[in-house]
Amino acid sequence: MQHYEVVIVGGGPAGLAAAIEARKNGAQSVVVLERDRELGGILQQCIHHGFGLVVFNEELTGPEYAERFIDELMELGIEYRLETMVLEVNADKTIRAISPSDGMIEIQAKAIVLNMGCRERTRGAIAIPGFRPAGVFSAGTAQRFVNMEGYMVGKRVVILGSGDIGLIMARRMALEGAKVLAVAEIMPYSGGLTRNIVQCLHDYDIPLYLSHTITEVRGKERVEGVTIAEVDENRKPMTGTEKHYDCDTLLLSVGLIPENELSRGAGIQLDPVTGGPIVNEAMETSVPGIFASGNVVHVHDLVDWVTEESRRAGAYAARYVQNKLVEDASVIASRPGDGIGYVVPHKVRPENLNDKLAIFMRVKEVFHDAKLVVKADGEVVYSRKKRHMAPGEMEIVQIDAQKLKDLKPAELLVSVEGGETVHV
Amino acid sequence: MYKPEEHNVICTVCPIGCRLTVIREEHEPDGYKVIGGVCKRGEKFGVKEVTNPTRTVTSTVAIEGGLLPRLPVRTEKDIPKHLNYELMKLINQVKLQAPVKIGEVVVANVFDTGVNVIATRSMRAVK
Ligand SMILES: Cc1cc2nc3c(=O)[nH]c(=O)nc-3n(C[C@H](O)[C@H](O)[C@H](O)COP(=O)(O)OP(=O)(O)OC[C@H]3O[C@@H](n4cnc5c(N)ncnc54)[C@H](O)[C@@H]3O)c2cc1C
Ligand code: SF4
Repeated sequence: MQHYEVVIVGGGPAGLAAAIEARKNGAQSVVVLERDRELGGILQQCIHHGFGLVVFNEELTGPEYAERFIDELMELGIEYRLETMVLEVNADKTIRAISPSDGMIEIQAKAIVLNMGCRERTRGAIAIPGFRPAGVFSAGTAQRFVNMEGYMVGKRVVILGSGDIGLIMARRMALEGAKVLAVAEIMPYSGGLTRNIVQCLHDYDIPLYLSHTITEVRGKERVEGVTIAEVDENRKPMTGTEKHYDCDTLLLSVGLIPENELSRGAGIQLDPVTGGPIVNEAMETSVPGIFASGNVVHVHDLVDWVTEESRRAGAYAARYVQNKLVEDASVIASRPGDGIGYVVPHKVRPENLNDKLAIFMRVKEVFHDAKLVVKADGEVVYSRKKRHMAPGEMEIVQIDAQKLKDLKPAELLVSVEGGETVHV
Repeated sequence: MYKPEEHNVICTVCPIGCRLTVIREEHEPDGYKVIGGVCKRGEKFGVKEVTNPTRTVTSTVAIEGGLLPRLPVRTEKDIPKHLNYELMKLINQVKLQAPVKIGEVVVANVFDTGVNVIATRSMRAVK
């Protein structure tokens, strides 16, 4: 049995930031366990730019963003192990992992930070009729093939789902010489950033069909074509609206799911809405001393907020190890109200806050000129007018910690007030 | 009837994504009037988007002797949008040898724009 103060599971941007911050806040022995051949997580395949505006005030690509943190990790001399797959995390903070060089490893940690990220929803999760021919890829898998292995996945492409990953891949495939015939989105609005719609679709004359889905995939060995059709308000395809495309590739960009098998195994409580652990202000899960941050907790669209959240998780894990985290404190429940899908964190112990409490959330619909309001047992502690809010863009609210320490409310309720919901 | 030159542009400076109308107007300082935006940044963007639209291009180049067969690269600054495909042709001919350091110039001064294509990650050599 090996012993460490803080063990970080996953070496993506979340794990890197958590490890660095744990060390800076006084944790002596920190180790990062990563199953891949290198550190950096999903960022190594996100070669497009748009990362880092909040954290570095510059626009970086994914690999550039990752390398800054990898460099800092090295400078601090933090230990990391590659090709090390964590198999089991237990409530007593023991960990089992396996690697080709060391075989089976057992570690006893004082604190653990879970940073396993997300996996992509697959075709099974969305049930398209037809055979299962080659040529159907999740967008992230295709991204890895094209950007890291240099393997072009196809020549004539249709994409299902208009989230950012789908849009980014549409441009990527077009630039590499493929013909991207269409992007179909079942919702009446795109889940991606406007900027990506313009720079990835308009720039390359790729049509986006909102309220459309794939109704058929043709081909037995390899994809030969797909049919897309318009859907009604119940998302049922309408007959007579079908369009047929001859293509060799179908990319699915239909969402991400937090990767929480390990969390479940440790008996950690999950939030059914986010799919990730229920956490408190310290990013600590329902098992004391096990923390979590990044995409494993809730899907982030900006890596900058992954970093912010993970720095907190790492710092609090270090505090926990030094017995400086107040565990038996009064607890505020923070809850989503009207118009809000979820909030993170779910619980707040004001005694542990520094100067501010950051609440991350997503709205349920597109709102224009609405107010984002936080009430502590009915008293308004935050209110801000918002020109534009959309489910695809995470909202962040900062609340003065002193206010919460003084008020000691039982509940924080976040809601959207007024404004209009927009259907584009 | 005289109809001034008019363009519909979506502002991409911030996530709000204002729908701008950019209208040719001789006596405006930039020669264009921009309506529909919420802020000044949108006006600047609108004029640039109709006079000289530019983009940062990101892609990969072939590399030998490294951990991976592809190395990600980008243009150091924006280049005129119409050069995107030309640039792809150019960088698809590049073949590098590991090791490479992040920020290293991969192709200098592409199409005399003064902009370099640089490596966006380091890749050490492996046997
Ligand atoms: C395709 C795509 C495009 C994106 N585009 C943008 C963008 O333009 N701008 C932006 O700001 N953000 C973007 N994001 C979001 C950003 O990249 C993610 O939010 C961020 O990478 C999440 O960080 P993470 O560390 O939580 O997860 P990840 O980066 O997924 O890292 C998780 C790590 O944990 C490891 N791991 C998992 N399970 C185990 C295990 N059992 N044992 C050991 N290791 C394990 C994985 O190998 C991985 O390295 C994009 C995301 C994706 C997927
Ligand atoms: S005009 Fe201003 S507010 Fe509107 S999208 Fe552009 S930057 Fe944002």
